Amino acid sequence: MKALSLAGRYGVVVALALLVLFGAARYDYFLGAFNVLSFLRYNSMFALVSLGMAFVIMSGGIDLSVGAVAALGSVASALASGLGWAPGLLAGLGAGLLAGLLNGALVVRLRIAPFIATLATMLAASGCALLLADNQSVSASYEGSFTGLGQGDALGLPIPAWIALGAYAAGSVVLNLTGFGRTVLATGGGEDAARLMGLRVDRAKWAVYAASGALAGLAGTILAAQFGAGQPIEGVGWELFAIAAVVVGGTLLTGGEGSVGTTLAGALLLGLIFNILNFENGRGWISLSAYWQSVIRGLFLLVVVVMQAKLAGRPVPRDA
Amino acid sequence: MLLEMDGIDKAYGGVPALRGASFAVEAGEVHALIGQNGAGKSTLIKVLTGYTRRDAGQVRFRGQDFAPAGPQAAQAAGISTIYQEISLVGQRSITENICLGRETRRFGLLHWRRMHEEAAALLGRFGIQVDVRRTLASYPTAVQQMVAIARAIAFQAALVVMDEPTSSLSDAEVQVLFGVIRQLRAEGVAVVFVSHKLDELYAVCDRVTVLRDGRTVQVSQMDGLPKLELVATMLGRDLSSVARAGATAFGAKRGRHGAALLAVQDLRAGPRVQGVSLDVGQGEVVGVAGLLGAGRTETARALFGADVRDGGRVTLDGRDFAPQGPGDAIRAGIGLCTEDRKAEGIVPELSVRENLTLALLPRLARAGIVDETRQAAVVAQFIKQLDIRCAGAEQPVGQLSGGNQQKVLLARWLCTDPRLLILDEPTRGIDVGAKAEIQALIRALAASGLGVLMISSEIEEIVEGADHAYVLRDGRTVARLTDAGLSEHAVMDAMAHGAHAGLHAPMLDAHA
Repeated sequence: MKALSLAGRYGVVVALALLVLFGAARYDYFLGAFNVLSFLRYNSMFALVSLGMAFVIMSGGIDLSVGAVAALGSVASALASGLGWAPGLLAGLGAGLLAGLLNGALVVRLRIAPFIATLATMLAASGCALLLADNQSVSASYEGSFTGLGQGDALGLPIPAWIALGAYAAGSVVLNLTGFGRTVLATGGGEDAARLMGLRVDRAKWAVYAASGALAGLAGTILAAQFGAGQPIEGVGWELFAIAAVVVGGTLLTGGEGSVGTTLAGALLLGLIFNILNFENGRGWISLSAYWQSVIRGLFLLVVVVMQAKLAGRPVPRDA
Repeated sequence: MLLEMDGIDKAYGGVPALRGASFAVEAGEVHALIGQNGAGKSTLIKVLTGYTRRDAGQVRFRGQDFAPAGPQAAQAAGISTIYQEISLVGQRSITENICLGRETRRFGLLHWRRMHEEAAALLGRFGIQVDVRRTLASYPTAVQQMVAIARAIAFQAALVVMDEPTSSLSDAEVQVLFGVIRQLRAEGVAVVFVSHKLDELYAVCDRVTVLRDGRTVQVSQMDGLPKLELVATMLGRDLSSVARAGATAFGAKRGRHGAALLAVQDLRAGPRVQGVSLDVGQGEVVGVAGLLGAGRTETARALFGADVRDGGRVTLDGRDFAPQGPGDAIRAGIGLCTEDRKAEGIVPELSVRENLTLALLPRLARAGIVDETRQAAVVAQFIKQLDIRCAGAEQPVGQLSGGNQQKVLLARWLCTDPRLLILDEPTRGIDVGAKAEIQALIRALAASGLGVLMISSEIEEIVEGADHAYVLRDGRTVARLTDAGLSEHAVMDAMAHGAHAGLHAPMLDAHA
């Protein structure tokens, strides 16, 4: 049991390490600076969205709006980017935060099921992004330093990677070392019980949706900075990537249990599958279309979910 | 007075639950709060703990007006509540379950080591040594209950409310709990103890408040208060009529009625059922007694086809009976009312009508479409026959009292016209009045020719209600008790000592 649950928890880290070793052994430029840096630059966005999703799922909810909110964030930040990097960042973050607060209000105040509430927000955010952008991409200003948020480097790592690392470090501290983090887990483990324990369940739920929205907005900001444009139709399917990353990272889809660190591993793992597929195609032996990445990610997800179900399905000792 | 509640009114949707109820608790006393279901106990507790707001009345706690905004405010003010169904989070560690809400911090962050020590120390006071880092759900119910109590104490409560804390504990664990309660009392903490078990009240409580129909009808010292008087007050009945009827309402036994219906020999299923043998005849109520974990529920599930059987022989009407699933058992005329009404029995959101006809649906349907006229007729008939008190057939079952929920469950099986009914703890968590009705109903069902296998933790229910009874111990039948041999003493003896105590000749045959 213990070995199995350890495998469930850290299996993803082992799988990630094996995949890196496999790639390093098989492809010449796999560990080259170019591949590593562009991999980190691109996947930082998914990692950020996955972090927010992890908290929402641990609280027993789900956030389907993150992709659309990221798109909205990219448009908002691109529009504000002419004023400098800080206003651009604030606009992206702020748009995401507002969307997250809306989710919180729908779930906590109106008691709408998270699945429905965030689906509504997803549609609304997507519409807002298209309206703001006038149905086309919005070029970001290259005058200020806004694009540096996506394209720049610092101390040898891409700035988006630093942002993601910082967010994960903060997320890990919040989850493991604050009462709020434990309240999130308790809420996911049993909302009624957590309420009867006198925990501030509603506050925790507000906060996880707000954080998820803000992180999605941040990811959108990086998207706009990286590609030099706000993209109202980007972000489709990001929520599914994030949910997959969270679950592959060993967080229970039903809430109450989870980890920040392995969520990062899950996000990197899913990104790496795509990366390796590219390399494999480059060798010319096979020619797998990009659609295969979805199939392979899907298989990964299935394996993890089945393992989780096996672990969770074990009979709990009763009145022994 | 530590707590004074006066003239408390509370109505739910126009239906009064409390009508001018009063309740007063002194510091350092253990105060029993009793009453039938619907008497207003839970509502009074919910008002006290801030879960609901009173419509009228005064609450003073520690000499000040008290109107908590919610459970958290009540907890902060010094009132901790332990609910009947353990309301902690099974997925989280014991430490978290004890300490969340008043975490120890260092540099603004959680000080896990200190919290683990604190949790271990609190549980150590009750003589419980466990790894507090492991999840709560990995421990048995009794430990979970103690964790709930440890949490209450950790909050430095001046008043601890325990709502039926013993319903999931074994006798030995109850003794540990009583030790804790006495320790709290010695420390000046007041305990409000809600229970349906009179013996427990007498064992540990100083005073008692009796509620009936939302009003406070009696407040007195436990010492010297006759049990019978207490029951009479609770029921609002004439003392002499209670005395005549005895403690349970099974009435006269009929003795063995007809031919053998179910015969079980050396049944084995999983770790909990290691050789159970029993017989049920038509028109008989057969009791199954045993301590917690003796394998009673598991036996019922195996007979019903809900669990896989590892061995043994079961015959129904003399023919081999080996159900592959509950569907087979239902078709063969067996009904099972489970112990845990909430988890395995009723569907609270569905109406009385839907719950009642759940097992009957296949027969009510023609080409997959439910014949609603027939359904309505069946429902109306059983609501009347079993006197199910509900606002109507469409009322969600979750809104009914425990006793009436149990009746709906009974009706669910009765309307399939079964020959054998397995009842697992049919009166658990049901107030005294409804209990009597259920017990009378069980007797009436047997009189009509039905075989009843009744699992019960209440010995007097077995002794007074069963025509004969079996005692299980560690998954085996250790005694078959009949006639004069069926006494409380014999049942307890078999529970405690196993085979050598009360084993009768027929059992030896069964193993031969």
